[in-house]
Amino acid sequence: MLVVDNVWKTFNAGTVNEKKALQGLNLHLKPGDFVTVIGGNGAGKSTMLNSIAGVFFADKGKITIDGVDVTKDPEYKRAKHIGRVFQDPMLGTAAGMQIEENLAVASRRGKVPGLAWSSKSSERERFRELLKELDLGLEDRLTSKVGLLSGGQRQALTLLMATMTKPKLLLLDEHTAALDPKTAAKVLDLTEKIVNRDKLTTLMITHNMRDALRCGNRLIMLHNGRIIIDVEGEEKKKLDVPDLLKMFEQASGDEFASDRALLG
Amino acid sequence: MYNLVISTIWQGLLWSLMALGVYLTYRVLDIADLTVEGSFPLGAAVAISMIAAGFNPWLAVLGAFCAGMLAGVVTGLLHTKLQIPALLAGILSMIALYSINLRVMGNKANLSILRMDTVFTPFMNLGLSKNEGILVCGLLVVVVIVLIIYWFFGTELGAAIRATGFNKQMIRAQGVNTDITVILGLLISNGLVAVSGALVGQSQGYADVGMGTGTIVTGLASLIIGEVIFGTRSFKNCLISVVLGSILYRGVIAFVLWLGMNPNDLKLLTAIIVAIALSLPLMKNKLSAKKKGVA
Repeated sequence: MLVVDNVWKTFNAGTVNEKKALQGLNLHLKPGDFVTVIGGNGAGKSTMLNSIAGVFFADKGKITIDGVDVTKDPEYKRAKHIGRVFQDPMLGTAAGMQIEENLAVASRRGKVPGLAWSSKSSERERFRELLKELDLGLEDRLTSKVGLLSGGQRQALTLLMATMTKPKLLLLDEHTAALDPKTAAKVLDLTEKIVNRDKLTTLMITHNMRDALRCGNRLIMLHNGRIIIDVEGEEKKKLDVPDLLKMFEQASGDEFASDRALLG
Repeated sequence: MYNLVISTIWQGLLWSLMALGVYLTYRVLDIADLTVEGSFPLGAAVAISMIAAGFNPWLAVLGAFCAGMLAGVVTGLLHTKLQIPALLAGILSMIALYSINLRVMGNKANLSILRMDTVFTPFMNLGLSKNEGILVCGLLVVVVIVLIIYWFFGTELGAAIRATGFNKQMIRAQGVNTDITVILGLLISNGLVAVSGALVGQSQGYADVGMGTGTIVTGLASLIIGEVIFGTRSFKNCLISVVLGSILYRGVIAFVLWLGMNPNDLKLLTAIIVAIALSLPLMKNKLSAKKKGVA
């Protein structure tokens, strides 16, 4: 479904702040893969996601989604294939617009907007049902402005907006990191429910190793812009956090550098 | 007195189209667009020149609309494709338009069409006084344009433009090219501002290259007065607030002039009103922080 082929990305090349974020990254996702992504600070996790989403272009390499070469497509063109949820709950929705208006925009993801009326009453029932599944009481607040919602509610809404058109690829960039533990758990449950139900091919960055082990059918760990651990299926199920740390030290010859990951 | 009230209202109506343009950039797109300082006199210059050349006055308004849209597109391209900050892109267009406006008026600083037909003439022929004629015509135009704006920003494309103003990242992730939506927003805004200039120019019978000075501040003053007094509950509510705010702003001006204020001080007064209004949110925060004993 997704092929990342030898992708390189360097920020601030030729300056003292030069950062080689991706160094020949290779990744191949099968349809329906639910992959959790972990790695220390500056390992290239977000750079990987952003280069797949087209926030910036890779310096070198090729990215293919469902057989379509998107390497040279800008972000808005790739959006046709990709649903995204960001770490910052403010980024995924338009605060000054109604819940219904946000959903209407998301329901047309990847289509050129035309002159038809945006919020159609015929869609309202569907929106209400989708919102009901979130179990946050949003189904009765279709005309509320999104800015009035809590971070968790906004993140759940963003998740819904990212998945309602069943994208070929779902990218989750630490989408529960900015939420309190209880809300984070709820949003993560919702994520699993939706991903498993619709069999969405998913890449989920998380700083929480336990979540990374519990969710999905495959786990990858990034270090210095490369994948150093890639486990799936039964092998992944058997792992626990100490195993992962040991594997990391063996693979990288380094200590795992993220307090958040260890404490989380 | 009657005539003063009527002329204050029609001035507010004709200028409200400019204020709506400023609303679309400043509030909807979240860009302070200074192009309006050039596109307002551009609208007047184009319309007055076309009327002087014998064109139908409504055609002259349409011409002004197209010229204004073009000015908006230029600013949009400078901002999106050349990545010039929006404020600077607007200033560049504004300065360039000064020369263009002089050209449009045949290298003259002003151009008048005294005793020629304007869009208001047919209304005066109905037996209305000059002031009443302009009022009725202005009201019709404003109602029609507000309805069109309301419809457009409720469509898929309009919703995409509004979302661009709130959150570019979000709407790009939904597959919308934000360069296009920003350019479209600036196009519509400056088109409206130019129409306002065309109507104001026709109402006074001349176009002047300096008539755009302070347009943005006047627009902001109208916008803020309207929002504070008439509310911002919904998009519809905002549009109506801007129009009423523009009328009220003209009322304030008429009132201070009636009190004997020197007309030369008007722009200073307007700037002070806007500065106070823009700093209100900060003041409010500081005040509430003090009450809580934080500050």
